[in-house]
Amino acid sequence: MCLAIPGQIVELHADQPLLAKVDVGGVRRNVNVGLLEEALAPGDWILIHVGFALSKIGEKEAAEQLQMLKAMGEDELAMEEVRGYSFAEQYAAPP
Amino acid sequence: MKYVDEYRDPVLIGNVAREIHTAVDAARTYRIMEVCGGHTHSIYRHGLRDVLPANIELVHGPGCPVCVLPTGRVDDGLSIARHPATILCCFGDMMRVPGTKGTPLELKAQGADIRMVYSPLDAVRLAQENPDKNVCFFAIGFETTAPSTALTILRARALGLRNFTVFANHVTIVPAMRAILDSPDMRLDGFVGPGHVATVTGCRPYEFIAAEYHKPVVVSGFEPLDILEAILMLVRQLHAGEAKVENQYRRIVPYEGNPAALRALAQVFVLRPYFEWRGLGFISQSALAIRPELAAFDAEVQFELPGVRVTDPKAAQCGEVLKGVLKPAQCKLFGKECNPERPVGALMVSSEGACAAHYRYASRTEALEV
Repeated sequence: MCLAIPGQIVELHADQPLLAKVDVGGVRRNVNVGLLEEALAPGDWILIHVGFALSKIGEKEAAEQLQMLKAMGEDELAMEEVRGYSFAEQYAAPP
Repeated sequence: MKYVDEYRDPVLIGNVAREIHTAVDAARTYRIMEVCGGHTHSIYRHGLRDVLPANIELVHGPGCPVCVLPTGRVDDGLSIARHPATILCCFGDMMRVPGTKGTPLELKAQGADIRMVYSPLDAVRLAQENPDKNVCFFAIGFETTAPSTALTILRARALGLRNFTVFANHVTIVPAMRAILDSPDMRLDGFVGPGHVATVTGCRPYEFIAAEYHKPVVVSGFEPLDILEAILMLVRQLHAGEAKVENQYRRIVPYEGNPAALRALAQVFVLRPYFEWRGLGFISQSALAIRPELAAFDAEVQFELPGVRVTDPKAAQCGEVLKGVLKPAQCKLFGKECNPERPVGALMVSSEGACAAHYRYASRTEALEV
């Protein structure tokens, strides 16, 4: 339930500041970064939970977190979760 | 001691395990509660019990959101799916949690429109795509998850949605820890504190446990090495007669938490005066309700819910297991009527539930051992 998935930011959207495109094990999805105060840039690593970035982490920590998910047998579940995120479109339309 | 070479860092694991064996005082016992269900899962999966001295007893705590949700609240949530033109959305963890009239999965098979989502924002998308339907998100989770629900509600408001509600069941871990500390049948020496909850709350909310109850708390990561280190830190504090909050998971958890997430929580939620926890009963100020000014998005305001308290099946002893008074295999139904295929209680549903973890990972002889 408290699955936290490491992902690397590959793209930020100037017109949708709440979204960032992340790469998680080759799968690319948009996640919400509204819970982060830090400035973000492509290449940064974040921890993702239910479609939201929960914290910005280092590359080493991200690798460890991924390793942990594997060790827990939850890496498949994590990939399934990331593949399932399908909310990005709502941010494209002006609110 | 179990062979440690199957771990990722066998040398490090072996070192910490040996340090724990050297550090413990054979004349006493150590009752340590791992609060978080993720820790419970990791402990079972990696057989950490086997590398620890026999006089360290690990008590599995209430940190599994579906496990502590009382059946009455499951029924309330599922009643929403029976309204016409309504889509009920929940996380995968919820799909097999039994209510009085079946699990979400079973109700779905009977025709209810219940959908699994991976993010609460996916439920917002469904509301946008189905303007003629009411979409309700069945929200569960601790402080790790609640900020996401908060931003989702603000998003729905920004989009001007009128067909989106949230059935909020977010609970907060600190009051539950206090309830456990106040429970007369609970004798604990220290806590392995929840890792990802603390990314949001920080470590400060646990300071009362050290200050008022004089018990040490070590916030820990989820790897076997993290958990063993946290246990060693607890043992050292106990020997030194200390009680303080330490952060073993510093690489992820800032001591002050995530201020933006805490702000989102405060913006959207208020504390409920009390909330029922399975096994722990009613706990004051232990759950979050949606603020009155956001009532348009509150399923408890927008739908009439049964609100009936449902006692656990008599023979099931989920409550005692949740409090750590009984071990999973000591419950009369464990592995018999209640198993992961056909769970009677929620502790058997989630991989973070003590019963499911025990069933899945404990060896047969160990499972029968009580």
